[in-house]
Amino acid sequence: MSGLWAGVRGGRGARLKVLLAAFALVLASGCATTNGSDPRDPLEGFNRSMYAFNDAFDEAIGKPVASAYKSTLPEPVRGWVRNFFANIGDLFIGLNNLLQGKPADSVNDWARFAFNTIFGVFGINDIASEMGLEKHNEDFGQTFGRWGSPSGAYLVWPLAGPSTVRDSAGGLLDLYFDPVRRHQPDDARLFAGLLRAVNQRADLLDASRILEEAALDKYLFQRDAFLQRRRGLIHDGNPPRESPSSRERMNPRVQAEPGAPAADRLFEEPAAAGAAVAEQAHSYEPRLPANYEAVVAASRVRR
Amino acid sequence: MPVVDLRAAAAAAAVCIALFAAAAAAQDIQPADVLVKNVTLEVVEIVKRDKDIQAGDRRKVVELIEAKVVPHFNFTAMTASAVGTQWGKANAEQKLRLTEEFRTLMVRTYASSIAAYRNQRLDFRPLRAKPTDTDVTVNVRVLQPGTEAVKIDYDMEKTARGWKVWDVRVADISLTANYRTEFANVVRDSGIDGLIRILQAKNSKALERTPVAGAERK
Repeated sequence: MSGLWAGVRGGRGARLKVLLAAFALVLASGCATTNGSDPRDPLEGFNRSMYAFNDAFDEAIGKPVASAYKSTLPEPVRGWVRNFFANIGDLFIGLNNLLQGKPADSVNDWARFAFNTIFGVFGINDIASEMGLEKHNEDFGQTFGRWGSPSGAYLVWPLAGPSTVRDSAGGLLDLYFDPVRRHQPDDARLFAGLLRAVNQRADLLDASRILEEAALDKYLFQRDAFLQRRRGLIHDGNPPRESPSSRERMNPRVQAEPGAPAADRLFEEPAAAGAAVAEQAHSYEPRLPANYEAVVAASRVRR
Repeated sequence: MPVVDLRAAAAAAAVCIALFAAAAAAQDIQPADVLVKNVTLEVVEIVKRDKDIQAGDRRKVVELIEAKVVPHFNFTAMTASAVGTQWGKANAEQKLRLTEEFRTLMVRTYASSIAAYRNQRLDFRPLRAKPTDTDVTVNVRVLQPGTEAVKIDYDMEKTARGWKVWDVRVADISLTANYRTEFANVVRDSGIDGLIRILQAKNSKALERTPVAGAERK
């Protein structure tokens, strides 16, 4: 979960050194380790090296610092920090909603910014949410996606973490407009950037532990989760159902086991499978094994 | 006049009772959204009250999930969805073992999520489906200040034994779809048995680690 280091945007010199070190590491480990098995991830070898670097950095610095931060500051204080940066973010979330042709959402976001800045004491209290003005999640990468740009290859950046070609381009714009990056003087900017990053990492300590428990291959798990998440965000939580071809590719086609007892009617593979597939071409459903009942019965015996 | 009113009322009541009885006879199963809401609130209530769970008692969380949540999940369908196209190549015994291991993995992941719960507000969205639908998505949102709501979608199918969950999507990330690439790679390299072995190893390794995610929160 080193993506959270996207928050560190100050300290150019130190960051550059780390970056160069990372690239040297990649060159040394060689990009030739590509499996090339996934068309969405042609640079898997490079990405895996970057992931390994980020993971090592997170283990050595990210997680310990975030844990210490979390155990030092009580939740209300961390909440103020979270809200303060979230409030600044609302400005550009509003801009992106406008660019995506959702002016009502922009008004919502800017109203949030106004209320939280004025009545929420510079945004440290999120009173707008309590008033029913919902927090949104938008960035320039999503705006490009909304405009029809394909995501391009999956990319993992040092410290910044998972991205795609499109989202990297968007990320550069996000960075350009980022009020924290533009803040003067340098010390204040560095402090604000680090505070934001550490707070974000602390908020994700539970999530990253869950990821570690759930994944067999953490790289693949994070990549697929990231791509699913971005797809969902671009469609504001209502991504279109999978296309018939990908559905066909993903779908387990289950053959009836000979001699299996009659299955629950709802779980039966339709007799005219071809017709059924044509009929449901626009919906994604997993096919259940025809011997579902037998499987369930057997599992009951086993337990 | 009062007589007429009474008669009308009685007739209306009779019709209501008849309709209700008919509906009850046709299906005495809870609607999907009601089921999700009841189960979620019940589990959250127990987690809030149980000091051991808050202190990170993994065994108690798993027991709670096994008792309250697991009966509403169709793990065979979830495993089939996660394994993807290769599911058809597994024999009955392999399917059983795969399901068993995937179920353990899912219950453990779920236990970690529950242990990480911190009194966030839950928003149960009204179900947008026809009463005749047998495949619906129930939407719950977890609200917390400063961040956008986390959407949890339960894809559910109606069966003779009530509504069963066959996929959970958290913030649009499908838990079953997220395993497809990993599982496909393993099956390609070392077959279905290889996948069973890897899942077993993963599950038994996790058993040794006692603390559950979220246990050290303040």
